[in-house]
Amino acid sequence: MVTAAELVAVAAFLDGKYAQAFPSFGSERMGAPVMAFCRISERAIRLREPVMKPDALIIQDPTLLHQVDLFTGLSPSGYLLLNTSQEPHRLGLDDLMARLPAAHIRAVPATEIAFKQTGRPIPNAALIGGLAALTGWVTLESVRKAISQKFPGRVGAANAAAAQAVYEAVRSSRTASERERTHAVAD
Amino acid sequence: MRLQIEGSQAVAAAVALCRPEVISCYPITPQTHIVERLSELVRNGKIGSCRFINAESEFGALSILIGASAAGARTYTATASQGLLFMTEAVYNASGLGLPSVMTIGNRAIGAPINIWNDHSDSMALRDAGWIQLHAESNQEAVDLHVQAFRLAETLSCPVMVCMDGFVLTHAYEPVDLPTQEQVDAFLPPYEPVQLLDPDDPMTIGAMVGPEAFAEVRYLTHHTQLRALEEIVTLEAEFLRQFGRASGGLIERYRTEDAETILVALGSVNGTIREVVDELRDAGVAIGSLKIGAYRPFPVGAVREALHPCRRAIVVEKDLALGKGGIVSSDVKMALRGLPVIVQTVIAGLGGRSITKASLFQMINEARAGKLDEPHFLDLDWDVIRKELARRQQRRRSGPTAEHVLRQVNSVASKMV
Repeated sequence: MVTAAELVAVAAFLDGKYAQAFPSFGSERMGAPVMAFCRISERAIRLREPVMKPDALIIQDPTLLHQVDLFTGLSPSGYLLLNTSQEPHRLGLDDLMARLPAAHIRAVPATEIAFKQTGRPIPNAALIGGLAALTGWVTLESVRKAISQKFPGRVGAANAAAAQAVYEAVRSSRTASERERTHAVAD
Repeated sequence: MRLQIEGSQAVAAAVALCRPEVISCYPITPQTHIVERLSELVRNGKIGSCRFINAESEFGALSILIGASAAGARTYTATASQGLLFMTEAVYNASGLGLPSVMTIGNRAIGAPINIWNDHSDSMALRDAGWIQLHAESNQEAVDLHVQAFRLAETLSCPVMVCMDGFVLTHAYEPVDLPTQEQVDAFLPPYEPVQLLDPDDPMTIGAMVGPEAFAEVRYLTHHTQLRALEEIVTLEAEFLRQFGRASGGLIERYRTEDAETILVALGSVNGTIREVVDELRDAGVAIGSLKIGAYRPFPVGAVREALHPCRRAIVVEKDLALGKGGIVSSDVKMALRGLPVIVQTVIAGLGGRSITKASLFQMINEARAGKLDEPHFLDLDWDVIRKELARRQQRRRSGPTAEHVLRQVNSVASKMV
């Protein structure tokens, strides 16, 4: 999670932008709900407050969706990337989906994709590929490079491949997902 | 080399460039990443013949450095919070003996209640222990201050703490320009001790001093601090010349020209404050900010000069003198004595509570309307306080405060933001 924010920041840095990433400084144990933040800017970043009005939100663990209020502050033109094999409209997020542009919401089974590529069910790096596809704020090339720098060798190569796979999954899910959503609304 | 890097990793790299000869540490959050990285660098032979000694405690770590420093080594450690308190006796000994160690403080609250998050209670508790205290605003400045700190410490033979906000800086990834070895070597010559334990030229260090001379020895330690006021300015200028960027110094003004109100703060919150200043300036408010970079020695003259034209100074500080109020605001009041400047105290960010732009805007509005209480506690939940006070009134055995307050805010652990 913290690594994901770091990777976004490094990718933005490689793209020639200013970036800042930091964790929510939460409990130090595996499995605890954790948040991490990232800011990307064309100018140097001085602000130190947590990101309270995100332009994009990545939910790594969909079991948190109804445990913690995750969407307060999400901009009406914001992006939402969900790590799940479910379609977004099956997750009880109708209010939220009505609020955001349809093309800004994507669900992608990043854990499965990461497992296939890396042999480990850790979706951190893979999801950054999804963010690149969804928002265009960082390039896939920089995402892959950031991952390879962080994890040299085979692990990095596998995670970079997972990021690329999620990138492609998000891109191709566009039309299919929107069709289904329109269909669901019509029902 | 410009990198997008975690603050702790950047500081470890900077310390390595300063060629320390003995590093002794005891790990404690949020300093851990710094000493972990340094231990790796030493193990991999990346810091010459440097010895890394993992001590049994913080008290042990600094005591080891006292010995190493007296034997002529360039020495470094890092700690935070309870760790700094645990080494207190050695902290006074290092400065009293005039031994120039450098220590990073990953600023963190002090318990009880136990809390791992950022505020300045730890370094403030030892503000008068004879160490120079420099506060970093960003990770770039944290890196640069470490390079300056070794030079400053060794020039004056006085130990230096470099304070950086725990988590806010230590765990943040931001762009940092790491200097080259050649640049650091050109700025920081090899350590030439003013006193040395040398078997070929035996002497004692650490004499017992009675009433006949204690005040004089103490005064000379104080005198060293006063000399640091000049030396810090000299190094700031030299650093700018050699590295091409401004870092360090006693104070830094931001848009204080014609400012009616000036916010005063230490450390990373200055970034958020500058955003606030810019937005208010755009709205036509005559406001600026003053960063205090060197907290000890306290730059009385520079602060007085920077603040004397304003009407109101608002000191935003991440500490609380229990039973009194502000610590930094007391220093600022001393610097402004005799001048008609209103000094207000804002206690903020205790135990890692976020200091947000929204809260600062509201507080500044209240201050400008003359409605700010003194001291003001930013974002304090008075409902929680009132309920807990009332509950305690009801019976003698009211139980532990922390647990009851947590129950009130409906949290088994800390809030996420």
